[in-house]
Amino acid sequence: MNSEMFIESDLNRTNKRTQALYRTLFIIMTLLLILPVVIILGTLVYKGGGIISIDFLFTDPINGMTEGGIFPALVGTLWLVSVALLISVPLGVAAAIYLSEYAADNWFTRIINLAIINLAGVPSIVHALFGVGAFVIFFGFGTSILAASLTLAIMTLPVVIVSTRESLQSVPYAFREACWNMGATRWQTIRRVVLPNAVSGILTGIILEVSRTAGETAPIMFTGAAFFLPYLPQGVFDQTMALSLHLFVVATQVPNVPDALPYGVALVLIGLVLLMNSISIAFRMHLRGKKKW
Amino acid sequence: MVTTTEITPKLQVKDLTIRYGSHTALSGVSLEVMPNEIFSIIGPANAGKTSFLKVLNRMDTFNSEMKYDGKIFFNGLDTRHLRNHYALRRRIGVVFPLPVGLPMTVYENVALSPRLRGINNKAELDVIVERCLQRAALWDEVKDRLDSLGSLLSGGQQQRLTIARALSQEPELLVLDEFSIAVDPVTTMRIEEVLKELKEEMTIILVTNLVQQARRLADRTAFFLNGECVEMGITEALFSGEAKDQRTIDYIEGRFG
Repeated sequence: MNSEMFIESDLNRTNKRTQALYRTLFIIMTLLLILPVVIILGTLVYKGGGIISIDFLFTDPINGMTEGGIFPALVGTLWLVSVALLISVPLGVAAAIYLSEYAADNWFTRIINLAIINLAGVPSIVHALFGVGAFVIFFGFGTSILAASLTLAIMTLPVVIVSTRESLQSVPYAFREACWNMGATRWQTIRRVVLPNAVSGILTGIILEVSRTAGETAPIMFTGAAFFLPYLPQGVFDQTMALSLHLFVVATQVPNVPDALPYGVALVLIGLVLLMNSISIAFRMHLRGKKKW
Repeated sequence: MVTTTEITPKLQVKDLTIRYGSHTALSGVSLEVMPNEIFSIIGPANAGKTSFLKVLNRMDTFNSEMKYDGKIFFNGLDTRHLRNHYALRRRIGVVFPLPVGLPMTVYENVALSPRLRGINNKAELDVIVERCLQRAALWDEVKDRLDSLGSLLSGGQQQRLTIARALSQEPELLVLDEFSIAVDPVTTMRIEEVLKELKEEMTIILVTNLVQQARRLADRTAFFLNGECVEMGITEALFSGEAKDQRTIDYIEGRFG
């Protein structure tokens, strides 16, 4: 009886071959996925790496944006992202806490959830036009950092809400029950047990939002980002340049731009996003190292 | 002049029925638990034991499915009309079947409840933490690692930690729901010793799946089956052949459940 374990039948051979085939197929698919990333980063570094310098980062563009640096755009992007975060993080986290910890499972909650999913599916150009109508015109903010950041914030809210809610839900229910049994209120439970253990997940969502906010062009081009401004914004009611729009402009709208310039701008933009991502990953790993269950 | 020597029961339950939606988990249970007694509830799964515990400290307010009829008096006060459920829950310490060590240090696990009550003085907390851990027979094992995570303790230690946590509420009633499920026999015996001592200071309700544990510890025992309280009486009497209901006798003697 045991002898059959030592004999390779035709069926075994076919199975092995099929298995190897599928394995190779999946590996190829995975490689295909990372190929664009490698090509994009490679091209950017190859073509734009040479132009990056301290001067490039910290001087204004000159000569009709064909020379000089990108300082106003860099600062503008930081403004837009920070103000957008200041709006969307408190709003999104609060909404997620409500949905995860307080809301009963009824039709009202379901409608809210549906709205969030739909908000996530709205194209960014529609958000842009909404931003123009609502913030620029109706609220009278004009084309300004405030209007642009509000538009960005609304666009990225679903990401913050969904990721925050998921990290809250990942904290075991038993912890909440144990806490309630001690006579803690819902808020005491959230504040002392749920939130401290959901922080790393919430951060991930926020960083995802940062990446997306920094790269968006459509929502800001009508609401607050300027084609060219030779000075830095002084407050949220000023217009500003932004890296993403600047990239679009130097790549398509301005004649006689040296080849390296758009690549350099793109490299800075991607570098900024990657930098923030890696900070968040490092921070999360640090927090996860302290994971408590 | 009040001359009566009658003692108010710590807990008085009258005709309690618990429903989850259309499902009835417990029907028509009435019982009294006297101060400083260990009252045990035995019975197989689905008997309604845990549901019974949940309405005692009004945890039903966290579960919209859960509804109850009947009356529950704690220290003679109807808990249905309580304004402050939180204060009630603080007076009732609960220990779950599986130890739920909160994701914080040993110290913080025990200090949490005092902190929730507004005690933030470090010296005061130190005293409470040490006392509670000692009473839960855990102090000697953890006194050098109060700042390590509660979840790093062994299962038996974690269960004693949850008992210490429950004690930090300074409860009048301690409720234990099958506390020995995840605990080794030696630890179980230690906790049983602890409970015998705690009985001097508080009332204890012990839900257990170990019939012999009820026999060892409880002054009185109730037998729950399929959402009904089949029989209730002095533990020793029930176990020494005075149980009246055949189902109780069968269960006690291990013929089912």
